[in-house]
Amino acid sequence: MSEPSAASIVGTPPAQAPDEIGAPTNAGQPENARKEKPRGLLGDAWRDLRRKPLFWISATFILIFLLMTVFPSLFTSGDPENGDLQNSLVGPSSEAWFGYDFQGRDVFARVIYGARASIVVSLLSVVGVLLFGGAMGIVAGYRGGWVDALLSRIADIFFGLPFVLGAIVILTTFNGSGTSNSKAEIMALVSMSLVVLGWPVVMRLMRSSVLATKEADYIVAARALGASTGRIILKHLLPNCLAPLLVYGTILVGSYIGAEATLSFLGVGLKSPVVSWGIMINEAQNFLRVAPYLLFFPAAFLVAAVLSFVMLGEAVREALDPKLR
Amino acid sequence: MGRYLLRRLLQLVPVFIGTTFLIYWLVWSVPGDPFAGKCGERPCPDSFVNMMTEKFKLDEPLIVQYGNYMQNLLQGDFGQNYGGREISDIIATSYPNTLKLALVALTIEAVIGLTAGVLTGLRRNGFLDNLVLVSTLFLIALPIFVIGFVAQWLLGVQWGIVKPTVSSEMRLSELIVPGFVLGSASMAYIARLARTSIAENRRADYVRTAIAKGLPMRRVVGVHLLRNSLIPVVTLLGTDLGALMGGAIVTEGIFQVNGIGRQVFRAIVTKESATVVSIVVVLVLVYLLMNLLVDLLYAALDPRIRYE
Amino acid sequence: MSDILVSEQSAAGASGRPSGRLLEVDDLRVEFRTRDGVAKVINGVTYHVDAGETLAVLGESGSGKSVTAQTIMGILDTPPGFVTGGQVRFHGKDMLAMPFEERRRIRGEGIAMIFQDALSALNPVFTVGFQIAEQFRVRRGMSRSDAKKRAIEMLDQVKIPNAKGRYSSYPHQFSGGMRQRAMIAMSLALDPEVLIADEPTTALDVTVQAQIMDLLAELQRERQMGLILITHDLGVVADVADRIAVMYAGRIVEEANVYDLYAKPAHPYTMGLINSIPRLDEKGQQLRTIKGLPPNLMNIPPGCPFNPRCPMAQPVCREKVPPLLQVGSGRASACHFAEELVNRD
Repeated sequence: MSEPSAASIVGTPPAQAPDEIGAPTNAGQPENARKEKPRGLLGDAWRDLRRKPLFWISATFILIFLLMTVFPSLFTSGDPENGDLQNSLVGPSSEAWFGYDFQGRDVFARVIYGARASIVVSLLSVVGVLLFGGAMGIVAGYRGGWVDALLSRIADIFFGLPFVLGAIVILTTFNGSGTSNSKAEIMALVSMSLVVLGWPVVMRLMRSSVLATKEADYIVAARALGASTGRIILKHLLPNCLAPLLVYGTILVGSYIGAEATLSFLGVGLKSPVVSWGIMINEAQNFLRVAPYLLFFPAAFLVAAVLSFVMLGEAVREALDPKLR
Repeated sequence: MGRYLLRRLLQLVPVFIGTTFLIYWLVWSVPGDPFAGKCGERPCPDSFVNMMTEKFKLDEPLIVQYGNYMQNLLQGDFGQNYGGREISDIIATSYPNTLKLALVALTIEAVIGLTAGVLTGLRRNGFLDNLVLVSTLFLIALPIFVIGFVAQWLLGVQWGIVKPTVSSEMRLSELIVPGFVLGSASMAYIARLARTSIAENRRADYVRTAIAKGLPMRRVVGVHLLRNSLIPVVTLLGTDLGALMGGAIVTEGIFQVNGIGRQVFRAIVTKESATVVSIVVVLVLVYLLMNLLVDLLYAALDPRIRYE
Repeated sequence: MSDILVSEQSAAGASGRPSGRLLEVDDLRVEFRTRDGVAKVINGVTYHVDAGETLAVLGESGSGKSVTAQTIMGILDTPPGFVTGGQVRFHGKDMLAMPFEERRRIRGEGIAMIFQDALSALNPVFTVGFQIAEQFRVRRGMSRSDAKKRAIEMLDQVKIPNAKGRYSSYPHQFSGGMRQRAMIAMSLALDPEVLIADEPTTALDVTVQAQIMDLLAELQRERQMGLILITHDLGVVADVADRIAVMYAGRIVEEANVYDLYAKPAHPYTMGLINSIPRLDEKGQQLRTIKGLPPNLMNIPPGCPFNPRCPMAQPVCREKVPPLLQVGSGRASACHFAEELVNRD
């Protein structure tokens, strides 16, 4: 679940890569392929993707979730934070589709507003992981020698920490019961701990990509022609490593939505008054027998969100991997 | 080979020190008073606090405390917690439970994951293949606590097939559902890895050779294809034991297993840095040594790989 | 050598009557169905080989020579490859119509094959000895120690020095030439009647190439096997082959004995191939090549597939596919102008 494994990532560098380095992690590949004239591996991949219903389904879901994140009021007029105790544990009705929770808050509104915390935290974490891990990987792979050895050992340290355990320790330190962090601070802290524990995977992915491309003939040629290190990295190494990273990133968004929920569920992540699916599931535990719908709706949204991102990543990876065709 | 082993072991030392120090520092920085609630309703008397501070050298700088701890650790002494209980005792009661759970999970994921992966790798795009692809997608995507809850609620509460929680005896039959939940994500990874590996190797030249030699299909697949395809799967399984033990916290919480997860949780809240670090030390050791073992196993399985 | 050559492309082809031939490929058709379209890789190939005879199948890459061999062995990748017509008869019996088990028994014992790249064709995780002994154990039911003894004998026969010691080496520990020798030992273990060698020397150094060819020729003579030698190298063929079949775009375009073929090719493609061999007495001149590229197998031009590249092409070549017909004695050509080519001086 929350431990994203590199095992599922097949690192196939594409023959050519999009020009924009900072492309959005979600659906970045197809977007770029659409703008350019479809050709080569990317064109093939896009042609492949277009025919996959799974791709369209997950992309649609992601779009809806992103809309929820930005404009939750489009979907509901309810109040996610304040409830009427009179409505406590009233089941689903035409008035409140998903019923009311213990404190009489509208579950539908909370589920909609809950998307924001989960998705913002996971997107932030993934961007952080990709940037930090990617940078470390490039430096380690390109510089080699003692820099590589040092960075690799540091990565080992963080990689060796069990994910949940590490997150619990970090978050109780900075986000324990005695602290009074603001909403934004809590979200930043959760993201940070995910980045701290997640970067080694990306660093290794990037490092091996760099090592593999570094000795490639066209890189040697570029160097022989006098290209600077920065230029080689930006123009040659990065585009080649980008595709596996973007695929990994997309899947990671899904994993991190799950991880955030896990941490919130354990009581060390986001906390009330922040609205999040993990918190809702945590609160629902106590009413499992009387009001199972309290568990069902946030869990269903959580599952749908995680699955959409993972499925999108899978679809893109399959399309990019010529071996699977 | 010997030199390789030595080099690897030496590489473990800084990682080991780094990990333990990191944890030690983090727990040390957890805000709050370690002696809160140690003396009943009232705050602890100064004399007791002074005595404890003296005993555990709590007024020393962090690095000295860590040094002392490591010094004792090297002599095999985990020390005591603030309640005076031997930490080795805590470890001895909680670790076997977690290990047992992790081993059950590992067995389940190996058996189910391998079977599913091999079958679908040999026959792609069939009904079974699609079924396995979709179900592994779910297992990978769903957070473990959701899977755990659903399993517990459905099997334990609604249908009453199993007891919803694990008793202190840790019977094997009780561990099957928690083991499945714990190993679910890895099971999916194993199935997918085996599937890809088999599918890739199926077209390999040496498989053609084996067919051209007139060997029965059973032998072509069972000996030539499997032996090559399973190398990456076996290594994944090997590294997974450490990950399972470290990741067992959530599962242990849901099914109320008295494992290291519960101990760690309690120890963090009460600022018992020594206990937290000790538990993590053993975890990290298991993890690092398993990784080393897997690398050696790799060389044993694939004659092309030589370490020097 | 035989007098009656192929030319049964059309009607008599699928009859399956016993002809006393050891191995016959009859009007074989194979296509590859990919997502980009259907590639017609083999379009009616007919050839045969008898005991003690060496047939060389010559053609550039993509001409279908290896796919034909794979179809004979039953190791064609399906999908994408599908046999759409024709027969492969071993002792007069169509292998393509046999039950799986019967066909399996022919592999190794009746027909064996050696591959171009011995490094990838040998299983990397088993010792060379194990892979040879395996056949004695599985197919002959020998005990472990007997099988090992026989395997060492085989390694000895292909002149691997210190055969006993090399028994437990892994393929990656062999040199290229030794690996190919081990491959040969493996394929000959069950004493096959026909050996198919698919570019056995392409991956090797020139000096090693000659050694391997000599070894193959020697073993073939000793055992009176039928040998199908697949190659793109005219030089390799000249010394060892009895007959040569030239393939182009999934068809046999010419078949003749070595002497006739070199002296007077009866197909413009063969002529182009022979002319493109660099010659010592023409030093300083430009190398003669065949213009153009082999056709796209998804879209083979109408008429003779060679017509876009043929220096002699006439309007008829763009309309009618020339059948493989006998020209003179003991040879056949699939060219509308074969007679004129043979009869020129």
